[in-house]
Amino acid sequence: MIAELGQFALILAFVVALFQSLALFAGLRTRDAVVHGFARAGAIAQFVLVLAAFACLTVLFATSDFTALVVAENSHTDKPMLYKITGVWGNHEGSMLLWGLILTGYTAALAWSAKPVEARLISLTFAVQSLITAAFTAFLLFTSNPFARLWPGPENGQDLNPLLQDPGLASHPPMLYAGYVGFSITFSFAVAALIDGRVDARWARIVRPWALTAWTFLTIGIALGASWAYYELGWGGWWAWDPVENASLMPWLAGTAFIHSLRVMEKRDTLKAWTILLALMTFALSMAGTFLVRSGIITSVHAFAVDPERGVFILAILVALIGGSLLIYGLRAGLLKPTGVFSAISRESLLLINNLVLAAACALVFFGTFYPLFISTVSNETVTVGAPFYNNTFNPMLGALLVLVPVSGLLAWKRGKLMPVLRDLAPAAIAAVAGGVVALWIADRGLIAGALGTGLAIWIAVGVMIDLAKRFKLGEISLQSSLARMARLPLGIWGMAVAHFGLAVVVFAITGVSAWKQEASAFLMPGQHLDIRQLTLTLDSVEQVEGRNYVAERGHLTARRDQQVVSNLTAERRLYPVRGMSTTESAIHARVTGDLYVTIGQPSPERGWPVHVYLYPFAMWLWIGSAILGLGGILSIADRGRRSLVAKAAPVQAKEPGR
Amino acid sequence: MNRILLFVPLAIFAVTLVYFGLGLRQDPSAIPSQMIDRPLPAFDLAGLEAGDPGLSNTDLLGQVSLLNVFGSWCPPCAIEHPMLMQISRSGRVPIYGVDWRDEPGAGAAWLARHGNPYSRVGDDAQGRLAIDLGITGAPETFLVDAEGRVRHHHVGIITEDVWRNTLLPMIEELERS
Repeated sequence: MIAELGQFALILAFVVALFQSLALFAGLRTRDAVVHGFARAGAIAQFVLVLAAFACLTVLFATSDFTALVVAENSHTDKPMLYKITGVWGNHEGSMLLWGLILTGYTAALAWSAKPVEARLISLTFAVQSLITAAFTAFLLFTSNPFARLWPGPENGQDLNPLLQDPGLASHPPMLYAGYVGFSITFSFAVAALIDGRVDARWARIVRPWALTAWTFLTIGIALGASWAYYELGWGGWWAWDPVENASLMPWLAGTAFIHSLRVMEKRDTLKAWTILLALMTFALSMAGTFLVRSGIITSVHAFAVDPERGVFILAILVALIGGSLLIYGLRAGLLKPTGVFSAISRESLLLINNLVLAAACALVFFGTFYPLFISTVSNETVTVGAPFYNNTFNPMLGALLVLVPVSGLLAWKRGKLMPVLRDLAPAAIAAVAGGVVALWIADRGLIAGALGTGLAIWIAVGVMIDLAKRFKLGEISLQSSLARMARLPLGIWGMAVAHFGLAVVVFAITGVSAWKQEASAFLMPGQHLDIRQLTLTLDSVEQVEGRNYVAERGHLTARRDQQVVSNLTAERRLYPVRGMSTTESAIHARVTGDLYVTIGQPSPERGWPVHVYLYPFAMWLWIGSAILGLGGILSIADRGRRSLVAKAAPVQAKEPGR
Repeated sequence: MNRILLFVPLAIFAVTLVYFGLGLRQDPSAIPSQMIDRPLPAFDLAGLEAGDPGLSNTDLLGQVSLLNVFGSWCPPCAIEHPMLMQISRSGRVPIYGVDWRDEPGAGAAWLARHGNPYSRVGDDAQGRLAIDLGITGAPETFLVDAEGRVRHHHVGIITEDVWRNTLLPMIEELERS
């Protein structure tokens, strides 16, 4: 009964979305106020309907109704309630329904908040947005129905993939989807602007909070995904250049370029066609990221569902939405004339370089991800593209870009002078070189990569501080006036500074965990020990424990330095009998200077338990840095801008001097 | 701005799309095997425990059989295992096992706990045979004819569907000819 209710709600959502989209496109010619009014009501109706469908599926999971196919395939009565609920999106159908829920959620949020936007623009935006929803609910209904029945229902379910029974799963896909799907709003605005044939600084101002919201969610989502891999997969890695990870990185890179060029457009009314293209590409990559891994086109350890029929449907959606929008772009982008001009040395041109490098990096990841596919379609060979490819291409490229980060904040808009900026940044350069040398000295393996990473992180961090100090005129005027300037500084600037600082922290942490990591492994019987650096790790005992839906071997270990106990650790290897899968629960002793990371493997009767130990310096700062990055995004969203949206559109060339 | 230039993104997308379309027609698990229609390489593997007969390529002669590569460390093998038990109980074809890159004793312990569907099992702790066979992961299964030639290479888990619709028809045809 509940499944049928959910099914019905989903069908209604599809009908409403389709009707709304058609009505709005048709209504453009009639200029009928009723049609425009329908846009908001319809948007909210779509959301309520999909929410109802989602609630129904959640009830099916919570009550373990195994006559529902997805529940039987992915749940089990022995599973803790939390994982029954998160299991709703721990499978293909449910996760796609979550995608739809977030999509309509954004549309509804737009309906609530977009009062000041011109009727024509907002109606066009709703029309495009509803078209996406219609395509999407059709995909759900026709190829991935979450409410399919299984009759008679089995006694019990097949359980959720144990790798997915983790708190990380509860938060990671929803965050990631909130990022991906958030860019649907900017996509719809961009298509609307193209149809309308006009974009200006005001458009950028309207779109900016949506772009930043999506970007912030995506940033946090990627960080959560990385931490899930780090804590749950048990091999100590946080990033593996896996296609699914790349799929989330590509829209992040494009989205990062987009929020920067949006800033240029809002300030200077230029780079219009480019900004619009980035808006389209970001969502195109988001969709490609969501779908390609589900269609069987790209295989991956993360892939939930491999089904060629779905793939055809997905390709059709991509053709319609991406192909359609790029066609409109080709036809209409020529109409977008920039008004602002800028010289070669200016913040605009630096941000343009930023954009080009990010776009190139994104293209590189795209190439690396799909190259194996290209090769295998034209020949019988199979190739894999792994970390070495990215380390040799992607890392230097981004490294070069990061050097420019502090410069761009200090350089003036329109026409800037490079020399004074470089003079201002001299302390940062000195600190960076000093830091690099110290890093080379301390890290007992004199690694160039470690020194470069450290120097880069310090350069950005100190550069950001100098930038802020210049804005407060710290030391140039009285402290009181400096504090007053500090209080008046727009939130957008704070957001930029905080995000760039977070970036510095992430760069440093990545340097730590990749350049300076150490590992050791050995077979240990209880009582035996192994050494890593100054630490001695003893396997004290191993016991059998029984969890609710798993059995486990739990190893108790003690880490000592100079006979002093540093930490008591418990690492587990769990077997989930229903799925016949085993997972590793690593023991992690986390401190600000680094993580001690221990896993135990399958024992051998004669030799004992294989114990694997890793030292990850500064691993914790990966998550802290990502959080700071996200905080920067949140601060920028909160910036209301100097031009109020409610007032009538201000003249485009504002007279704000300099930065 | 050059009007043609504005269509470049669309053109790039179109080219990518062609590849995606082609990619869709591939079965991701159907990796072309260089073993098809070639005789098995010569091998003579030790048994998993002292006293076990072990496995050599001559064991597979005279009858259509399956050669299954597994490991106690491999979660998908545990998923596949009940299906192998079912095939083994049906007595339709003998299944020979290659225990790939396992810790000493782990393979035997695993079979003792879950049941042993194999007529004979060889220990490939170093993974030499697996390289000769072109194994990319476990489980993988070869359908071997009575002359010891590989006739089919299945990558991944043998499900009910694979058994009934792929392997069984091939076995029947091989036995008829």
